Amino acid sequence: MTVTTSGPGTTVNDAAAVGGPADDDALAAERSAAHRAANLDALESESIHIIREVLAEFERPGLLFSGGKDSVVVLHLLAKAVSPARVPIPVVHVDTGHNFPEVIAFRDATVQRYGIDLVVGSVQDYIDDGRLVEPANGTRNRLQTRVLLDTIEEHRFDALFGGARRDEDKARAKERILSLRDEFGGWDPRNQRPEVWSLYNGRHAPGGHVRAFPISNWTEADIWSYIDREGIALPPIYFAHERPTFERDGMVYAVTDVSRPREDEPVSNRTVRYRTVGDASCTGAVLSAAGTVAEVLDELALSTLTERGATRADDRISSAAMEDRKKEGYF
Amino acid sequence: MSDTLFRLATAGSVDDGKSTLVGRLLHDAKAILADSLDDIRRVSAERGFGGDTPALDLALVTDGLRAEREQGITIDVAYRYFSTPRRSFILADCPGHVQYTRNTVTGASTAHAALVLVDARNGVVEQTRRHLGVLGLLGVPQVVVVVNKMDLIDWDESAFAAIRDDVVAVADRLGVAGVRVVPVSALQGDFVVDRGDSAPWYTGPTVLDLLETLPARPAAGEASPARLDVQLVLRPQGALAPEFAADADALRDFRGYAGTVSDGPLAVGDRVAVYNDGQRHRARVTGLRTPAGEAERAEAGQAVVVTLDADLDIARGAALVAEQLEEGQPHDAVTAVREFGAAVCVLADARLTPGQRVLVKHGTQVVAARVDAVDNVLRLSDLSREPAASLGLNDLGLIRLRTAKPLAATAYSRSRAGGSFLVIDPAEGNTLAAGMIEPAPLAGDAPESGAATEHAAGPAAHELAGAVRT
Repeated sequence: MTVTTSGPGTTVNDAAAVGGPADDDALAAERSAAHRAANLDALESESIHIIREVLAEFERPGLLFSGGKDSVVVLHLLAKAVSPARVPIPVVHVDTGHNFPEVIAFRDATVQRYGIDLVVGSVQDYIDDGRLVEPANGTRNRLQTRVLLDTIEEHRFDALFGGARRDEDKARAKERILSLRDEFGGWDPRNQRPEVWSLYNGRHAPGGHVRAFPISNWTEADIWSYIDREGIALPPIYFAHERPTFERDGMVYAVTDVSRPREDEPVSNRTVRYRTVGDASCTGAVLSAAGTVAEVLDELALSTLTERGATRADDRISSAAMEDRKKEGYF
Repeated sequence: MSDTLFRLATAGSVDDGKSTLVGRLLHDAKAILADSLDDIRRVSAERGFGGDTPALDLALVTDGLRAEREQGITIDVAYRYFSTPRRSFILADCPGHVQYTRNTVTGASTAHAALVLVDARNGVVEQTRRHLGVLGLLGVPQVVVVVNKMDLIDWDESAFAAIRDDVVAVADRLGVAGVRVVPVSALQGDFVVDRGDSAPWYTGPTVLDLLETLPARPAAGEASPARLDVQLVLRPQGALAPEFAADADALRDFRGYAGTVSDGPLAVGDRVAVYNDGQRHRARVTGLRTPAGEAERAEAGQAVVVTLDADLDIARGAALVAEQLEEGQPHDAVTAVREFGAAVCVLADARLTPGQRVLVKHGTQVVAARVDAVDNVLRLSDLSREPAASLGLNDLGLIRLRTAKPLAATAYSRSRAGGSFLVIDPAEGNTLAAGMIEPAPLAGDAPESGAATEHAAGPAAHELAGAVRT
């Protein structure tokens, strides 16, 4: 989505209201900063309200935590929602075995810092003992669903917080903040519960559960601005670093154990960062020199590609890719 | 505080070009990134949009799920986000034809403003009246009526003036506040974001001009006191967040009430009435924690933790209500009621009938309730009342409810937080209806007791006592 430095703001009324172009710019920048701060305050309070409702109305909530920026922000909000008490629920990670090692290290450090429990569902275990088969194309994205559903059942979670945002995708744009899932984890877009005012109804059928998306109304720019304001730590791969990479299908991939170049794909060192954290096998990097949150925000303001379109091979398969995976019980 | 996060809902009929208008708004506000735009360009070309003069089908911007594309319909409310240097917008795009009342209620319940589409060729039609009727009932503070497809009537100024006068007259009759009317061509873009040059005679604001400048506050009405419905009782005891480890002694007996402030500001030192499980007590606010830390004052909309001077057994579901609107200004806005009249909109494929047992969620309290009577169904186009024996999906009607425990209620016209509730099916758990408490009669029936009297109740059901949730 757009960031506030672009767009049609200098309309007729604006120009008439102030002296000259220089004043106009200064005033617009000031107004823009004030507006972003107020905007973040409103989003933050809305998210905390949702988190508190879920903590109160469910028996066994958990937080789906990938180490990605969105789930990191949800954890930060969860801590604020119960402060000064400790976060009272565990975080749940479905580990594909294809994660970036930097992200796993970040996950473990974060859990320790908050003093909370970590539940890991391991795709690798499922492949090792034959419950799941490694797909021919090497991407394990779709294998996560089975492991996630089993983990939910084993730990009897009745609500799982997730960091999904409605601006990410067409299917998510229509998903409720409390999203009912049937016993197969499936989402039925035709059978969603209306959400009116700030009154959330978390009642669900036995065997089913609820996915709760407290940052539904945040945009990518909101997330980064909030990370900047709150000084929230992120995995280092979100910031520019140099690493061996290769190109495939117009995307830049890191050379790792699970993403190796073919013979006709030359390797070169590039300065890159990641816009989303997914499997190394299907998450592309962007060429970037942005080494700080502020630099990332500047870069975002100029970006012309959506977050997932730019770097996620798993979403490129078809425009209905997310819709299909959600119906199968995906995040 | 949410002066710059502006919530917007759309309401429109089948062919009035609502998708194109929303697409145009997002496109011209530069809220569509290049890869999404490429998709739209490609699909527009595949479908031959624009015929001999290929154009972008901006309706594709809001084109959602595959099931919808296949059937050419919109199933559900979709949320869109865009920003200008003045404001950030959350747009709830409510489909017009399938279950439009349910969708409009969902999208408009939190809206600061609604956009209603009118086709310039048809003017005000039955559907327009129904949309305005729903928005009036929900108390959406501002309505922008967009007269679309002006290009198809050659930007006829007098035709627009006639439609505008019609709209204003109808809105007046339906009690819709703050109506503004703008002529546009969503297809060509005039007066949505840019002014274009089709109609020099129109000198009023564009749609975006209005959206950027309309106040993000409820319409001026009778003031309502600060209210906080208790979501969680925080009693960390031994299980403090690691960052508070050094304050363990000071926080040993910490007992805070977490919730979101609504209606007015709440400050340390304020006297509050505590409505809890049928009892009313008095207390004074001794501390406030906002998301940014300890504070002297919290604004409406802020998620806070409140501490009180009285040692009360307050549980989730209790409501704290400021005793004064401002210094020296007592009020009678909140009454503890067990029987009340309400306007409800049925949101599920089910019927509400007299004698039916339901659950009511009001604030953070869920109580057993009974539908005592179904009085009327409202005809939306003129809000006239017709007798009814029961209410079904998409019906708006007037009912009377009786609850097992009193609710700290305010008329919906005075407070969305104190006057709104859900009707829930006790067996399936579905949301059956959205309800708005009627102003009269709100007769009280809860006994009053002093601050010191702690009534005998079980342990608070939703306390966060340490890491163990009870």
